Amino acid sequence: MSSTTLSTILFLAFVAATLGITVWASRQTKTAADYYAGGRSFSGVQNGLAIGGDYMSAASFLGIAGIIALSGYDGFLYSIGFLVAWLVALLLVAELMRNSGKFTMADVLAFRMSPRPVRTAAGTSTIVVSIFYLLAQMVGAGALVGLLLGVTSPAGKAWTIIAVGALMIVYVVFGGMKGTTWVQIVKAVLLMTGAGLVTVLVLAQFGFNLSALLGQAAATSGPAGNPGQYLIPGLKYGTEAQGLAGKIDLISLGLALVLGTAGLPHILIRFYTVPTAKDARKSVIWGIGIIGTFYLLTLVLGFGAGAIVGREEIVAQDPGGNTAAPLLALRIGEEIFGSVGGTVLLAFIGAVAFATILAVVAGLTLASSSSFAHDLYAHVFRRGQASERQEVVVARISALVIGAIAIGLSILAQSQNVAFLVALAFAVAASGNLPAILYSLFWRRFNTSGAVSAIYGGLLSALLLVVFSPVVSGSATSLFKDLDFAWFPLSNPGIVSIPFGFLCGYLGTIMSKEYNAAKYAEIEVRSLTGVGAEKAAKH
Amino acid sequence: MTTREHDASVYEEVQQSSEFQELKRRFRRWTFPMTVAFLAWYLLYVVLSGWARDFMGIKLIGDINVGLVLGLLQFVSTFWIAWAYSRHADKKLDPIADKLRHEVEEKTP
Repeated sequence: MSSTTLSTILFLAFVAATLGITVWASRQTKTAADYYAGGRSFSGVQNGLAIGGDYMSAASFLGIAGIIALSGYDGFLYSIGFLVAWLVALLLVAELMRNSGKFTMADVLAFRMSPRPVRTAAGTSTIVVSIFYLLAQMVGAGALVGLLLGVTSPAGKAWTIIAVGALMIVYVVFGGMKGTTWVQIVKAVLLMTGAGLVTVLVLAQFGFNLSALLGQAAATSGPAGNPGQYLIPGLKYGTEAQGLAGKIDLISLGLALVLGTAGLPHILIRFYTVPTAKDARKSVIWGIGIIGTFYLLTLVLGFGAGAIVGREEIVAQDPGGNTAAPLLALRIGEEIFGSVGGTVLLAFIGAVAFATILAVVAGLTLASSSSFAHDLYAHVFRRGQASERQEVVVARISALVIGAIAIGLSILAQSQNVAFLVALAFAVAASGNLPAILYSLFWRRFNTSGAVSAIYGGLLSALLLVVFSPVVSGSATSLFKDLDFAWFPLSNPGIVSIPFGFLCGYLGTIMSKEYNAAKYAEIEVRSLTGVGAEKAAKH
Repeated sequence: MTTREHDASVYEEVQQSSEFQELKRRFRRWTFPMTVAFLAWYLLYVVLSGWARDFMGIKLIGDINVGLVLGLLQFVSTFWIAWAYSRHADKKLDPIADKLRHEVEEKTP
């Protein structure tokens, strides 16, 4: 049996299991709290695993392992930002949001401000961020399947995108938060098992000597003539050739990674799925443990691929290095267990990669459709007059529509390099959402004008700077290679747009006289003590 | 399922109480400086990766260099801060928060 067949069988088994979960979850989903927040009945450990499943994307599994394999040290830099970011969520956001919000990010803002403008802004930002992230994941899925299953025609890739999109829509429309959470839990366990297994095999191959692994990786995959360069910063990000702008770009990327996570809507809604703020705390601590361990594993996977597979073979299959981890699984399996072992391990890692993509895109679709239904439909269009039942129906329809839009856009963009959209989603989240959330939790004076200014200011500045950056035009790697309207020198807008978002929030606030002391007292007391927090559903 | 509405004056009363002020102080005094500290420590690491590459490349044991060790220390500090916060919250924040919550919920049936 070829590894493609085996991979397909394993993947179909995952799909069958998760569809079973979805059917079960759909029977459990009756109220809005069930649909949006899984009845708030997940334990801290379960939600911790789901946080890992929601966050560890194929970009971080295959992408970071690939960057480490090809550029050595620089891939590591990426994963550190992704991890440290969770401390912002743990210390400043998770518990307070769980105590004061209900279903979406906008709930916390709308609490003490004029609901319609604030929900319009937060809903828009949620949908924009989620669609960017979705596009990056789904285009990546098309490319990945092409590589793993040998499907290279554009039509084949388009069908893969449609299949991934259809599954994601089914999970979200029928399973709601409960189904999506279980898909993410199963995926997290599979991913940790797969990555852990290959890591142990790689380390065993080098006698558990990390230095030997690094040395071999540098010798095999480092730049010809100067392999030592491989283990120090600067092969990929902020290279000497890019000069000062490249190094400032590195800081800009780092800022967006570390500050973006706590503003990502699909992450924020995970805090509502547990009964109390204490469980939210526990789940983030579990999430940090899982995500941190995972990035340590990708470090070994990346250097392992660099040492065992080698640059030439990795680049021959994919110049971006996205298949470094699957290739490593194949080679290490062959070396240790013979050719059958290699086939099995490759098939397993391939199936895990699919599961990874599905769990992440389902979380994104849920976040954006929830925000559309709860913020825009129920509170902006219907001015809070919609019934719970109508809201959930609209949420399901919007999951279908957003899913269909994401499929369409991904097919159109399938030959483009859209990896930058992940960094852009983090930059928008850090520039618009994070200032609005932090100000509304901690700043007495903050008001509607401030919240709206922060969100739109951060969102638009990040988007405009990217439009006029080398990512979109004016360089050999741009989206539009033949045009040149770039004037902003950095690929990552964060270093400008994040302070700008905070500044807009500040100026917007002091320019308006609105201020409601009673409401601030209420959110302050509720967020810190849990008075009046939404309770878990009892079934 | 629905959130109970409390009289706004109850919240202002609690907010003014010395116990709540103590809870707020304990929360902010721990989390705000710690946030500044871990962000500064992370940015230092990124800045060193951009501007002090020779330093990051100094080999310590075999092929393990300063950059790798500092990177691994970021993991260690992240795990440590998560653990320390959980201890702080369990011991210093939860008891006051629980007490205040019960008090408010008793006041308003």
